Amino acid sequence: MPLLHVDDVVVQFGGVTAVNHANFEVEQGSITGLIGPNGAGKTTTFNVVTGLQTPTSGRVVFDDKDITRMPVHRRSRRGIGRTFQRLEAFGSLTVAENVRTAFDIHDGFAGLFRSVQNDVDDLLDLVGIANHADDRADSIPTGTARLLELARALACDPKLLLLDEPSSGLDESETEAFGELLQQLANEGRTILMVEHDMDLVMNVCDTIHVLDFGSVIADGTPAQVRANPVVQKAYLGYSDDGPAGDDTAVLPLVNEEVVL
Amino acid sequence: MNEFLSYTVIGIFTGAAYAIAASGLVLTYSTTRVFNIAHGAIGMFFTFVYWDFSQRQGLPAWLSLVLVLGICAPLTGVLLQRFVTRGLGTAPVGVSLVVTVALLVAMIGIATQIWKPEARAIPEFFPDKRFDVWGIVITPQHIITLVLSLLVAGGLYVLLARTRVGTAMRASVDNAELLGLYGGRAEVVSALAWAVGTSLAALGGILLAPQIGMDFYLLTLIVISAYAAAMLGKLTSLPMTYVGAMALGLASSYVVGYLDKFPGAENLTGLPPVVPTIFLFAILVLLPQAPLRIGQVKGLVSAPVPSPTKTGVWGIGLIGFVVLLVSGMADSTLLNVGTAIAYGILMLSLVLLTGYGGFVSLAQFAFAGVGAVIYSQVEQPNLFGLAVAIIGTGLVGAIVAIPVLRLTGLYLALATLAFGQLMDKLIFTSAWAFEFNNPLKAERLSVLGYKFESLTSTVIMMAVFFVLVAFVIIAIRRGRLGRILIAMRDSQAACGTLGLDMRWFRVGVFAGSASIAGLAGALLISMRMSITANDFLYFNSLLLLLMAGVWGLTSITGAALGGVFMMYLPVAQGENPDIAGLLFVLLAVGAIILGRNPNGLAYYLFQLPRWIQGSLFPALAEKYPGMALRAQEYGFGRRDDDDYDDGDHNDGDPGGDPGAGPLAEEVDTHAVAAR
Amino acid sequence: MSVPILDIIDLHAAYGRIEVLRGVNLTVPKGAVVALLGPNGAGKSTLLKVISGQMQQTSGDIHLAGIHVTGAKPDDLARLGLTTIPEGRSVFPNLTVEENLLLMSYAGVAPEAVFDTAYSYFPRLHERRFQLAGTMSGGEQQMLAMARALASDPALLLLDELSMGLAPLIVDELYETVAKIAETGVSILVVEQFARTALRVSDYAAVMTGGTVVATGEPDEINAIMADVILGGAA
Repeated sequence: MPLLHVDDVVVQFGGVTAVNHANFEVEQGSITGLIGPNGAGKTTTFNVVTGLQTPTSGRVVFDDKDITRMPVHRRSRRGIGRTFQRLEAFGSLTVAENVRTAFDIHDGFAGLFRSVQNDVDDLLDLVGIANHADDRADSIPTGTARLLELARALACDPKLLLLDEPSSGLDESETEAFGELLQQLANEGRTILMVEHDMDLVMNVCDTIHVLDFGSVIADGTPAQVRANPVVQKAYLGYSDDGPAGDDTAVLPLVNEEVVL
Repeated sequence: MNEFLSYTVIGIFTGAAYAIAASGLVLTYSTTRVFNIAHGAIGMFFTFVYWDFSQRQGLPAWLSLVLVLGICAPLTGVLLQRFVTRGLGTAPVGVSLVVTVALLVAMIGIATQIWKPEARAIPEFFPDKRFDVWGIVITPQHIITLVLSLLVAGGLYVLLARTRVGTAMRASVDNAELLGLYGGRAEVVSALAWAVGTSLAALGGILLAPQIGMDFYLLTLIVISAYAAAMLGKLTSLPMTYVGAMALGLASSYVVGYLDKFPGAENLTGLPPVVPTIFLFAILVLLPQAPLRIGQVKGLVSAPVPSPTKTGVWGIGLIGFVVLLVSGMADSTLLNVGTAIAYGILMLSLVLLTGYGGFVSLAQFAFAGVGAVIYSQVEQPNLFGLAVAIIGTGLVGAIVAIPVLRLTGLYLALATLAFGQLMDKLIFTSAWAFEFNNPLKAERLSVLGYKFESLTSTVIMMAVFFVLVAFVIIAIRRGRLGRILIAMRDSQAACGTLGLDMRWFRVGVFAGSASIAGLAGALLISMRMSITANDFLYFNSLLLLLMAGVWGLTSITGAALGGVFMMYLPVAQGENPDIAGLLFVLLAVGAIILGRNPNGLAYYLFQLPRWIQGSLFPALAEKYPGMALRAQEYGFGRRDDDDYDDGDHNDGDPGGDPGAGPLAEEVDTHAVAAR
Repeated sequence: MSVPILDIIDLHAAYGRIEVLRGVNLTVPKGAVVALLGPNGAGKSTLLKVISGQMQQTSGDIHLAGIHVTGAKPDDLARLGLTTIPEGRSVFPNLTVEENLLLMSYAGVAPEAVFDTAYSYFPRLHERRFQLAGTMSGGEQQMLAMARALASDPALLLLDELSMGLAPLIVDELYETVAKIAETGVSILVVEQFARTALRVSDYAAVMTGGTVVATGEPDEINAIMADVILGGAA
């Protein structure tokens, strides 16, 4: 039984279709990649799963329950956590306070009777930004802020973690460490769905990859399968040199564009 | 039937005038995204200018109209856009509200300064002519109003749909940045929108003045009707705005006409003037939910939050200061001190709501009034009565917030404005509250059996309450609630995905802030023992917001100073009636200048020691070697235990002090040199 | 060699404290088409924003036709012959096609001339001239955007992600238009994620990653390395 099932989801902004009958599943305990060229509808799909965007049609099923109309915060309570492509850290708070706030929100009244200082420190250590603990979140580099968002999401103990371009802003060695962290999280039983442009990272850590283009899933498979797929190559690199006449182009919808929120 | 037709005709004419005013509001909002609270006040001001030209100076009406609508108003609009509201469209809602409220107060200040209160009237156009159509009396004023509203509608249509600059206006709503890439000048477009919008505000005021009267405040309140009409078109659709204005005009006319036909109407004499307010409230409640915005990392530089020890020392120090201050003071002065403290508590309610939470309330005085009424009605002048007043006001606050809990920012602020207005005109004047201009009586407070009989002891007791509320607020700021509040201000989307149900949190914060305001009101009435509805005018809520903008919304110091000056403002105006209006203008200008930094003057006060140590001492040390060492001895070189969450990280804050970073570095080098 | 139309020297730019451009050097010779390629987040769009005046650099210099421009506003640059077609929808969705075209005349061309050029290149826009731009297909919207490049007769044209979210057939049509514009002697800097498409029309190409230009050369040389840069080199 998959943990997440995105079932025939359509999102339209005015006359423009950002997500076009997208269909894919995320298996429990897997690291799943969602890749595709710019404007393919990846972030919009994330917004649909987390509840920031209501789909025009289709369903989102999480943990055996239809959550399509559920408000954002209740999805979080059911175990969906995320990070943002355009950072959403709490800029006026320090890095440690950011994570602490996540605990505050998640714990509710129960949090009054529990000290979270150690948990905060542990999480900052885990993602490797303990040295920034007392810096304000609007003064740290992008890569660090992305790790902060990860730590903050982890504070809510999510079953499913959606990461939107988590490695952009990290250098090579940081990305490598980040890949190991993802595997560690998956081994602990968390399920990870990530949008990522660093193909080395995606190919190394993902069990399964879904390729989104024009809002639809055009390919699924293991990293090796996806990389070898000519449709994927075409989606990423534009036309191969043999010219435009392929049959598969005719079925691609003409009206497609992602609207930036 | 004839009666009905008459009311309908009057309704249509009133609606036509509302439509003119409202279309100006829509034009400025939709091209610059600045919601101009001062729209009505601007209309009021130019109505007086028109009166001055046509009545006092005796110019012909047509010439006066041309001068006002063709020259004075557009020119003012351009200047306002250029120097006051530019760039506000992308600023936080709180900032743009503070600035436009300041504009409103400035307009009233200037008008009352120039035109001293006296009986004035603008006659209708052609007052002697009357037309009788099937038994219904129609005046030339009505016809002119209707024709002008059609001309305005047609003119706006031509401007927006048939000219390049009008097309650019609509384009700049979609994407001002892209307009720049096309080679269009967004600034010119905005200036034109403000010029036309200001003229339309003036025209609306001039047309309604014979009906409403030459009253500074009533004319300013035309803006409520304009908001209500414009809100039906979601602030962007002109046709819907016209529909809204007509519906509102008709509704007002029917209420005036038929109210006395209903049983129990004598209790609702206050109803007709608040029809637009109720209309506005209803539309706000029916508006669909605004989607969450996803943006970038935002952070605001805040005033330092003092440590618990420091708070304690300052709190006790403040009480001690008040004790010393009030001993042997005359009663009249004592009353002022007590009022300042009550206003200080009222300011503290804004620190929680606006300073930390980022929400704006334009009704804090209304909540204070609710607290005073409850305290008076409960007739338990003890802690129980006080608690009932606090909780009761909190509940009222929650009731105001619940209908609009799906909305954010601007709409919540407008709902509070509507609420303040309703309380002011409908509730506070009704028999069970104040009655009309009758004082409300209450007894002095007694705490655990000790009755605060004397004024002196009451004022000291109030100072203790101020300190207690300040403690609570600082505790909130340092604790979980405060962090969540600030997190919510920085990113609502992130809070949602972390599992926070913001709707109820928002209601809770709003109710909490209202409770504090209720406490302030209850303390005020227990001190004065008698209070009138005039102490809780909605206009005072606007002044309070400006005081908060000037002195700072993020610190207890700002609240205390704001409270003192809030009390002092009417005193100073009473002592110097010649410059009463100027004092409003001064406050407004201060708020416009400082409003973009929510920390206000208090922030610069906090910066003072660091400036002295960072800039002044090195400069002196250069001149007088040896000085630097002494500065160290005096303890200036060490940072105390405050959590300075300020200084070098002010990227997100347009009003932040850019000098803070370099200053801090200077401090460090200087410290090394001193060693 | 004549003065290049665009010369960028050691350009740095940042969002707040986050540095996005870290010393970019790039030259566009007069009359040439230069493709700027690279993975997402490399800073390509930011670079265009700085050139077009929408964003201020923190340091470094930009020379347009030999003139040092710093702090010039986008509308001034647009009137002086710099046409920028930004990423995504660069038309006004709530205006009709004809109103969009009318606004293009701000670049200093008479409205009639804009209409003539646009409708002769793209007859489809004439059919839709009273339709709201936002209700047209993505390809038609991009045609409308390209109409500005054609009609405003720029000295330098900046194109950002022309292909975003568009089907390959449409992208191909758009690039034919780019080639036509290039033939009239307009210098073009085109940012593109579809490397091969852009390389077909370009004279030179540059690759950006991590906020700097890491490779420049002839289209063939760059084409050879792009698959590695974008899809990852690890086999």
